[in-house]
Amino acid sequence: MKQLMQGNTAAARGLYEAGCCVASSYPGTPSTEITEEAAKFDDIYCEWAPNEKVAMETAFGAALAGKRSFCGMKHVGLNVAADPLFTVSYTGINAGMVICVADDPGMHSSQNEQDSRHYARAAKLPMLEPSDSQEALDFFKKAYEISEEFDVPVIVKMCTRVAHSQSLVKIGERDDDIDVPYEKNIAKYVMMPGNAIKRHPIIEERTRKLRIYSDFSKMNKFDDGKKLSIGIITSSTCYQYVKEACGDLYPVFKIGMVWPLPDEKIKEFAKVVKRLIIVEELDPFIEEHCKALGLKCEGKELFPVEGELNQNIIAQKIMRTKSMGIKLEEQLPARPPMMCAGCPHRGIFYTLNKNNCIVLGDIGCYTLGAVAPLSAMDMTLCMGASVSAVHGFNKALENYEGDKKVVAVIGDSTFMHSGMTGLANIAYNQSKSVVIILDNSITGMTGHQQNPTTGFNIKGDPAGKINLENLCRAMGFNRVRVVDPYNLKECEDALKEELASNEASVIISRRPCALLKYVKHNPPLKVNAEKCIGCKSCMKIGCPALSMKDKHAHVDSTLCVGCGVCEQLCKFDAFEGTAKEGE
Amino acid sequence: MITKNIMIVGVGGQGSVLASKLLGHLFTAQGFDVKVSEVHGMSQRGGSVVTYVRYGDKVFSPVIEKGEADFIVSFEILETARWLEYLKPGGQIVTSTQQIDPMPVLTGAMTYPENLLEKIQAAGVKVDALDCLKLAEEAGSSKAVNLVLLGKLSRYFSDIKEEAWQEAIDFCVPSKFLELNKKAFELGKNFNS
Repeated sequence: MKQLMQGNTAAARGLYEAGCCVASSYPGTPSTEITEEAAKFDDIYCEWAPNEKVAMETAFGAALAGKRSFCGMKHVGLNVAADPLFTVSYTGINAGMVICVADDPGMHSSQNEQDSRHYARAAKLPMLEPSDSQEALDFFKKAYEISEEFDVPVIVKMCTRVAHSQSLVKIGERDDDIDVPYEKNIAKYVMMPGNAIKRHPIIEERTRKLRIYSDFSKMNKFDDGKKLSIGIITSSTCYQYVKEACGDLYPVFKIGMVWPLPDEKIKEFAKVVKRLIIVEELDPFIEEHCKALGLKCEGKELFPVEGELNQNIIAQKIMRTKSMGIKLEEQLPARPPMMCAGCPHRGIFYTLNKNNCIVLGDIGCYTLGAVAPLSAMDMTLCMGASVSAVHGFNKALENYEGDKKVVAVIGDSTFMHSGMTGLANIAYNQSKSVVIILDNSITGMTGHQQNPTTGFNIKGDPAGKINLENLCRAMGFNRVRVVDPYNLKECEDALKEELASNEASVIISRRPCALLKYVKHNPPLKVNAEKCIGCKSCMKIGCPALSMKDKHAHVDSTLCVGCGVCEQLCKFDAFEGTAKEGE
Repeated sequence: MITKNIMIVGVGGQGSVLASKLLGHLFTAQGFDVKVSEVHGMSQRGGSVVTYVRYGDKVFSPVIEKGEADFIVSFEILETARWLEYLKPGGQIVTSTQQIDPMPVLTGAMTYPENLLEKIQAAGVKVDALDCLKLAEEAGSSKAVNLVLLGKLSRYFSDIKEEAWQEAIDFCVPSKFLELNKKAFELGKNFNS
């Protein structure tokens, strides 16, 4: 019987069935569950690597050793892994290697909406693009066949709607493990100029062969249509939107292998239809390729480059129909995401806001420190940028006389990912920078993955644990201190002292994420209405458990975890609870 | 059968994942083609969240668009109003009357809109409104709001037998919470608004 399965779970099933033996990834929405689900199979060794570059190189090492390997990441993670990506294309592999990149059109949980298909063309690597869970499973298996047949790592590109949608899947059995003995081959695997020069023509020839493969691949398929006045070329989740909007009215050429594109099949398709329309999310990747083939087609003049597409947009442009619903006239307040009640990041951001600090931020739950009323963030760019940028900021203003209070904030997992190298720059090139590591003992935003500072591996078993204090000290930082973000006075004292100090320093704000199962919570606080004067001091921390009711502060007892941060802001002792005694 | 669309809306962390899992299992067991789509990551942190459940003979798109939802199942009344535009003309809403203040309301930048339920009804929309939190607490846990909502929703699926719903609950709910969740389902089902 078919099972309802998330795209990422189906991808993991594909890894299992293909006989994948080693998987190394860094979590990133919407790719995370592939490796989490793969870790449930005992036949696959799975791990969280500190970052995507390390993950890809680990997977390459495993493929070199002769076992089928995998690494997965989100679109921006592929930027981090771009260095090995471009050259592993030259070396090729020994046993099969599959790389998954998951794009996030619409930026549900990302800082940009780059189109990863460009990487396939730029790095000269084949790329497959499934459109539902069954294809995710099938294409992951197919990817290993292509990888070994053409001596090339294969990229499978997912997107949010394929990765996080569930559809019906028929599962199969696991293939026998591949074991290709390792043989020394300096000319193939040592990429110094003399060898790489000889590899490059081999890579170009490989792409020519892959293009022919693409022309004959069943992953690129035709759906008949009743009318030939329009023909649609599409791929990924857009195929589903096209079918939803147009049914079988117009013929559709569905691209499953998006690089190299099936040139001859595209030309054949273009010949039989009157008007050729390309439906794709983000950049005009297929469209520009068609135009380069000399085909007349429409694409981005009909559909936006920005955001996700859906059946309604396609119906409007192609079918000239539009579905609409009822809308209230009322202006409704937005409901942006926010830090949870009891989030250990809150105390630090309150302190930074209070002290008018310039806060160079990073990627994680704490990016929500930018949201009002905390509004304590000036910049967020990419993984690790806070630590490097605070150094540059301070160097630029080295001779500035005024009162300059600039800090970097970065989470524990992000610090291990890309913050360490920035910290090395501060230690080496000597800026008086203040770096705050928000150590909540987990990778939070992606849904609680372990990392090198937590002491546990992907399966939750004990693992190596890097001590952040020792690491910073070993880099040459004399000023390393740990604070409890639930203690506002301690946070403020530390911040003021380190900003005033004459050398670089690291403040580690340490408290585990309030959502972790092992974290014990205090009972919820209560407001004594007789003492509360309604001054709203406590509202400055932006806690979802706090609101104003009848001119008094009110605590939502279903949300409050008794962290006691609000209590420290009250000059009238209006909060009552057991937190005080508990501390 | 023509594809049916159910949207589950609420605030991140309210339990829409279990609700969509249960519906997905239910319709799969009935032999339908099914797609369920949700978004993970940042929006789960107390933000407005939506899950799409679609079933029929053949389902293509994983998402539901404006004016397409046969049902909107909502955990929170402001979210009901926010996603109203997605309801098909003649569609049915099953909503909890719970109110959760979003950040602009908490900070005092905006006020929580008044009489939202009445305004939705005045727009000619069919609405079942229940105090699901109260009913869930009566069943034994404030976390069982999702089963109260599904209980009420189940009344609109005369083709699907009671046993099929029970089987889906058995499959999706951890055994230690089974009894209270079944009670929550019954309370929702038997609630007359």
